[in-house]
Amino acid sequence: MSQSSSLWSDAIRRLFKNKAAVAGAVVLVVLIVLAAFAPWIAPYPYAYQNLDLGASPPSSAHLLGTDVLGRDLLSRILYGARISLLVGFIATTVALVIGVSWGIIAGYSGGKVDSVMMRIVDILYGLPFIIFIILLMVIFGRNLWLLFLAIGAVEWLTMARIVRAQVLSLKNQEFVLAAQAMGVSNFAMFKRHLLPNILGPVAVYATLTIPQVMLLESFLSFLGLGIQPPMSSWGTLIKDGVESMEEYSWLLIYPGLTFTITLFALNFFGDGLRDALDPKTSE
Amino acid sequence: MLGIFLRRILLAIPVLIAVASITFFLVRLAPGGPFDADKAVSEQVLKNLNEAYNLNAPLSEQYFDYMSGILVGDFGPSFRFPGRSVTELIMTGLPVTFELAIYSMLIALFIGILSGVTAALKRNTFLDYIPMSIAMIGICVPTFLLGPLLVLIFGINLELLPVSGWGQLPGDKILPSLTLGFAYAAYIARLSRGGMLEILNQDFIRTARAKGLSEKMVVIKHAMQGGLIPVVSFLGPAVAGLLAGSFVVETIFQIPGLGRFYVEAAFNRDYTMILGTTIFFSFMIVFFNLLSDIVALWLNPRSRDT
Repeated sequence: MSQSSSLWSDAIRRLFKNKAAVAGAVVLVVLIVLAAFAPWIAPYPYAYQNLDLGASPPSSAHLLGTDVLGRDLLSRILYGARISLLVGFIATTVALVIGVSWGIIAGYSGGKVDSVMMRIVDILYGLPFIIFIILLMVIFGRNLWLLFLAIGAVEWLTMARIVRAQVLSLKNQEFVLAAQAMGVSNFAMFKRHLLPNILGPVAVYATLTIPQVMLLESFLSFLGLGIQPPMSSWGTLIKDGVESMEEYSWLLIYPGLTFTITLFALNFFGDGLRDALDPKTSE
Repeated sequence: MLGIFLRRILLAIPVLIAVASITFFLVRLAPGGPFDADKAVSEQVLKNLNEAYNLNAPLSEQYFDYMSGILVGDFGPSFRFPGRSVTELIMTGLPVTFELAIYSMLIALFIGILSGVTAALKRNTFLDYIPMSIAMIGICVPTFLLGPLLVLIFGINLELLPVSGWGQLPGDKILPSLTLGFAYAAYIARLSRGGMLEILNQDFIRTARAKGLSEKMVVIKHAMQGGLIPVVSFLGPAVAGLLAGSFVVETIFQIPGLGRFYVEAAFNRDYTMILGTTIFFSFMIVFFNLLSDIVALWLNPRSRDT
């Protein structure tokens, strides 16, 4: 136990030394808090319209201005953060659960099971998933949960490969052999011995998956195939901003800025985490 | 070596059949028929339409008809553009998208490799930091944000370049190609920097230097061949991203390419068009993945001997 905790405490120490990663983490924490408490923090409800006002530039009443329907942009960005971050976390969790179980089972079983399972992953890799997600959204309607699932179902492939590689390298180590000799059940083996040891790479890949997932969601929303109004994600806000950017450029700039800063924060944090957990890769 | 190629090609065939079949049945799962969208048509008309498009035949028969049609490049008629076939529509949009993709890729390769290789050679100097910071921006700013921003700056504020279109006004191809190419330039810069750094530390580079080759020769002739393998492997999967990017870029800049046709078909629920383009895109993606795998294998001397 003391050994594993020192690995993590080393990693955390290294992480804290990495300024970009710390800055990323701070931004993320602030964003998550803002998103979670959006109903209390946001100055207006997200669908509240003030048609008399129309699109107005940033002012003291509306810090980031209002859109063409007179809706407060700051409030919509805060509520949009809920959707965008939720998509990021839920879809990544879906990917995590499928990918980790698939990888552990394939790697630990070995032999025929392994080669069949990994061949399936190879085949799925070759498929044009973005197009399939669009197809699913067209056929089954623009359902939020379907979106989460569809995106998650796409992103697990790399996770499965990473986990399998880790399990393969663990499988023949003495502590696993010892546990096998003592007759530990398969489930206990996963839980007690394999899972804790693959946590590092999995955590790294998960943090780097979140921005990809968020990009995918906003891409779909931008095309009009994702979140539907009056709900807003950052993708739909950017889409609305593009439509009226000639007259009201703030409608594009503020959502775009928020989204970009978030992606930066996630990428910096993920890179920092990778370097902290695996000092070999950082140069 | 040849064995690996053959296995790859053989593996691609079931993938393609699976893609075509899954897409075919998914589209059939869609609620509602292809003709009951905006205007209600009389029962007789509907019957005739179904008759004309052979939709009353058993599903298995339709499936085999469709699959054998694909083999000869026939994706069936478009439901929304009567009298035009999906193949015809694809062929109208393809050259435009292809041209856009080529320009973007050329921009991406030129900027990406140049800055990546420079960054690796001048490691930890400002020639490394600046391009790599810009690359980080390129990765974090999505295409659908970059495009409108470029339009806002160069099209609307500075009035230097046209804001939309393709081949109608001079210079209207610049912004779309830049928008689509920029993200790839960023990825390629990172990949080529990483690949070059790895290669430059190896013994054969030291040998090349020791035997008195000029630095230029060492870099161009010895280091780049191996250092750029990650870039080549990236190009195949990049085609998939390029297609997705073309959906966005062609929508933003109102370019009459395949990407915009696809998005419009998705909105209009033009099922045969979606079906046809999806299968067509899949074929392209599988093909380019295969191609880049083969080129990467061929470039890598370690795998060449086996």
